[in-house]
Amino acid sequence: MFGKLSFAAIPFENPIIMGAVGGSILLAVVILSLITYYRKWTTLWKEWLTSLDHKRIGIMYIILAMVMLLRGFSDAILMRSQQALAAGMAHGYLPPGHFDQIFSAHGTIMIVFMAMPFLVGLMNIVVPQQIGARDVAFPFLNSVSLWLTAAGALLVMISLGVGEFSRAGWSGYAPLVERQYSPGTGVDYWIWAFQIAGAGSLITGINFLVTILRMRAPGMTLMRMPLFSWTTLFTNVLMIFAFPVLTVALTLLTLDRYLGMHFFTNALGGNIMMYVNLFWIWGHPEVYIVILPAFGVFSEVVATFSGKRLFGYRSLVYATAAIMVLSFSVWVHHFFTMGAGPDVNIFFSITTMLIAIPTGVKIFNWLFTMYRGRIRFATPMYWTLGFLFTFTVGGMAGVLLSVPPADYVLHNSLFLVAHFHTMLIPGSLFGFFAGYYYWFPKAFGFPLNEKWGKGAFWCWMIGFYLAFAPLYVLGFMGMPRRMEHYANPAWQPYLVIAAVGTAVILIGIIFQMIQLAVSIKHRHAVRDLTGDPWDGRTLEWATSSPPAVYNFAKTPVVHDIDAFADMKEKGIAYSPPDQYHDIHMPKNTATGLIIGAMAAVFGFAMVWYIWWLAILGAFILLLTVIARASDDGTDYIVPAAEIERIEKRRYRQLTAAAANRPADGPAMRQSLAEM
Amino acid sequence: MTIDASTIDTFARKEIEHPDTVANHAFGFWLYLMTDLVLFAAIFAAFAVLSHNYAGGPTGKELFDLPYTFGETMFLLFSSAAYGLAVLAMYKGKKNSVLTWLGVTFLLGLGFISMEVNEFYHMILSGNGPQRSGFLSAFFTLVGTHGAHVTFGLIWMVTMMGQVVIKGLTVPVQSRLMRLSMFWHFLDIVWIGVFTIVYLMGST
Repeated sequence: MFGKLSFAAIPFENPIIMGAVGGSILLAVVILSLITYYRKWTTLWKEWLTSLDHKRIGIMYIILAMVMLLRGFSDAILMRSQQALAAGMAHGYLPPGHFDQIFSAHGTIMIVFMAMPFLVGLMNIVVPQQIGARDVAFPFLNSVSLWLTAAGALLVMISLGVGEFSRAGWSGYAPLVERQYSPGTGVDYWIWAFQIAGAGSLITGINFLVTILRMRAPGMTLMRMPLFSWTTLFTNVLMIFAFPVLTVALTLLTLDRYLGMHFFTNALGGNIMMYVNLFWIWGHPEVYIVILPAFGVFSEVVATFSGKRLFGYRSLVYATAAIMVLSFSVWVHHFFTMGAGPDVNIFFSITTMLIAIPTGVKIFNWLFTMYRGRIRFATPMYWTLGFLFTFTVGGMAGVLLSVPPADYVLHNSLFLVAHFHTMLIPGSLFGFFAGYYYWFPKAFGFPLNEKWGKGAFWCWMIGFYLAFAPLYVLGFMGMPRRMEHYANPAWQPYLVIAAVGTAVILIGIIFQMIQLAVSIKHRHAVRDLTGDPWDGRTLEWATSSPPAVYNFAKTPVVHDIDAFADMKEKGIAYSPPDQYHDIHMPKNTATGLIIGAMAAVFGFAMVWYIWWLAILGAFILLLTVIARASDDGTDYIVPAAEIERIEKRRYRQLTAAAANRPADGPAMRQSLAEM
Repeated sequence: MTIDASTIDTFARKEIEHPDTVANHAFGFWLYLMTDLVLFAAIFAAFAVLSHNYAGGPTGKELFDLPYTFGETMFLLFSSAAYGLAVLAMYKGKKNSVLTWLGVTFLLGLGFISMEVNEFYHMILSGNGPQRSGFLSAFFTLVGTHGAHVTFGLIWMVTMMGQVVIKGLTVPVQSRLMRLSMFWHFLDIVWIGVFTIVYLMGST
C-alpha cells in the first residue's frame, strides 16, 4: 500500500535533523496562523497562488529562492563548522552519512532551487516591462513552471524529514548513484526533485524566448534591447538546448535504478563516463544559465548608476553571444582526469581558455562605462563593484584550472571548490542581489533601506573572502573536497578561518532580514510615486511602481537603445495617450498549481515505490492538462474606462511627486508641466 | 518611426491590444520540438555509445526482423500522409472529412504502436529485455521513447477529435490541429532516424 514508506523512514534518532524538521514545521505553523489571523487566505489564493501576472509569479519565484537560500546556507554552516572541528582525533558532530547528504543537498539546492528561481524571478518581473510587453507569451505556462519548480523544492524539503537525501554529491556521479551502491531513497529524491524542476526551467526557456523574439514594443529592434533582456535571451537559448540533456541523463539513471537497465552500471555493458558526459553537457551551460542574467543585471546597474549609456553595447552583446556558443564546447574540463587523452583534453582546454576572452571584454565594458560617469554609490552598485573584483580573481583561478596538467593536481581539491564559489557567488548571487535591490522599488513601490543594505554587503564581501581564500590555500596543500574528517592538523587553522567567514556571511544575511523588516515598516515615508526611483534608462522604469496589471496603458514606441532615457530627454516620457483601449489579459487559474501539486505527488510516490499513487498523480495531471487545453475562455478584458481611472490616479501621483521632490530632475518636471 | 519586422503583426491590431496568440503558439511549439529533438539526439548518442555493448547477449542482427519493422514504418508514414489530408480538409472547412482522416491517422498510429509493443513483448519473453545488456537498455529506451511520444500523440488526437466534434473548426481548434500536425510529422522524421540507425545499421 505505501511502498517502502513506513514510520522508520523518519530519522527520530538524529537530533540535528529532527531539530531542523521541527524548526521548519514550527515556522510553517506560525506563517499559516498569521495568514489565518489576518484573514489573508482569500487574497493569497486569488491574487498570488493562482495568479498568471508575470510580476507576481516573479515575486513568488524570488521568495522561493530566498527560502531555499536559507536552507542551502544552513547546510554551509553545518559543513564549515564540522570541518573546523573534525581534525585528527576529533570527529566533529556529523556522522559521514549525514555529512554526505548535506553537501549533496547544498549543491543541488543552491543551483537548482536558489539560483534558478532567483534568476527566473528577476526575468519575470523585469523582461516583459523592459521590452514594452504586457505579459509573457504564455502566462499559463509561466505559472506551470513556477509550481513545477516549487514541487521540486518541496521534495527536497520533505527528504529532510522523511527518508534521506542523496549522499552522492549534487552532480550524482555513476556508479555511486546506482541502486547497488545507493540502495536508499536519497538518490531517488535527488532525481525527481531535479527532474521536475528541470521540466519547469525548460518551459520557462521556451516561454521567454518567444516573449523576447515576438513581443517587443514597436521600434525595439534586437540591437535596441536592454542588456538584461539580451542576457535573458541567451540564457533561454542555453536552457532549451541544455535541459533536455539533463532530462535524458536523469531518465537513463532512473531506468537503471528502477528497471535494472545498464546505462551507467559497471557490469553488462554500461558506460560510467557516459553519465558524466551527459551531466556536464547540461552542467556547464547551466553555469552560464545562472551567470549570464547576473551579467545583464550588472550591465543595467552600471549604466544607470553611472548616468551613462553602456560603453560598447554591441561588443557586450556579441561577447555574451560568444559565451553562449562556447559554453557548449567546454564540458570535458570538469573531468580532464577521465583519461580521454591529450588530444581531447587540449581541445577542451583551449575552448575553456577562449571563454575568458569575451568575459574579459565584458569586464572592460563595465569599467569603461563607469569611467568619467557620475557614479552614485547605491547598494546595487556596491554588489556590482564587489563582483568585478572578486569575479576577476575567480576567473584567473579558472584559467589556471583549464590547463590539464594543473587540473590533474588540483582536481577534486578545495582549490576547485574555492574557484567555482568565486565564480558563482559574485558571478550570480551578487548579481541577483544587485537586481533585488535595484528592482525592489519597481516590484513593491518602495526602496529597501540603504544603510542596512550596505552593512549586509560588507558582511557578505568580507565573509566571502574569509570563507574562500583559505580554501585556495588548502587546495594547494592537497586537501580534497567533501571530507567529513581529516587527519592532517595543518589544515585546521585555515578551516577555522573559513568557518569564521561563514559566520560573517550569516551576519550579512541577518542584516538583509532586518533590512527587509525595517524597509517594510517605513515604507510609507519613502514611497516611490514616480515609478523611476533611480533615474533609470530602460522601459521598466516607465511604468508605475508597482506596475498596473497590464504594465503599459499604451504600448510604448522605441527610438533608441536606452528607450526611457531617450523619452525623458525628449520630454515625452510621461505624456498620456490620446485615448485608452480595452486590453486583453489572462484570467487567473489554479491549473498551474494543480499540475505542480500532482507533479510533487507523483515524485514522492516514485521515490517511495507507491505505484498506485504515482499512476493516480500522473493521471490527474494528464486530465488537468487536457482540460486546460480544451478551455477557450482563458482571457478577460480590462475595459478602457478602468484603465483610464488607474492611469489618471497615476498622473495625479506623478504631479504630486514632482511638486514634492524637485530633485527628481528637470526632464520629469518639464514633462509633467506639459500635461 | 521604424518598426521591426518581427513586431508588425504582433501590434498591428490596435483595438484589441493583445499579442497574436496563434503565431506565438506556433513559434513556441517549434521551439518545443527543437528541445525534443535535443532530447532524442542525446538518447541517440547514448545508443551509439552502447550499440556494441552486448555483454554476451544477442546482437541487433540476431534480434531484428527487418520486414516486420518495415511494415511498422509503413504504418507510421501512411499515418503522417493521412494527417496531411486531415489538414487539407481543415483548410476547406470540412468538419466530417477532418474527423475521418484523423480517425484514419489514429488507427494507423495505433497499428504502429501495437506492432512495437508486440516486438518488445516477444523480446522480453525470450529473455532479451532491457536488463540483458547495455545495448538492449539503449535499444528499448530509444525506441520506447519514440513510442511514448507516439502514444501521447494518440491521446492528443483523441482529445482533438473530441474538440472538433464539440467546438467545430474554430480558430483555436485549428491552431491546435496544426500543432498536433507538426508533432506527428516530427515523430515521423525521428522514426526515420530510428529505423536507419537502430534497425538498418544494426542488422548489417
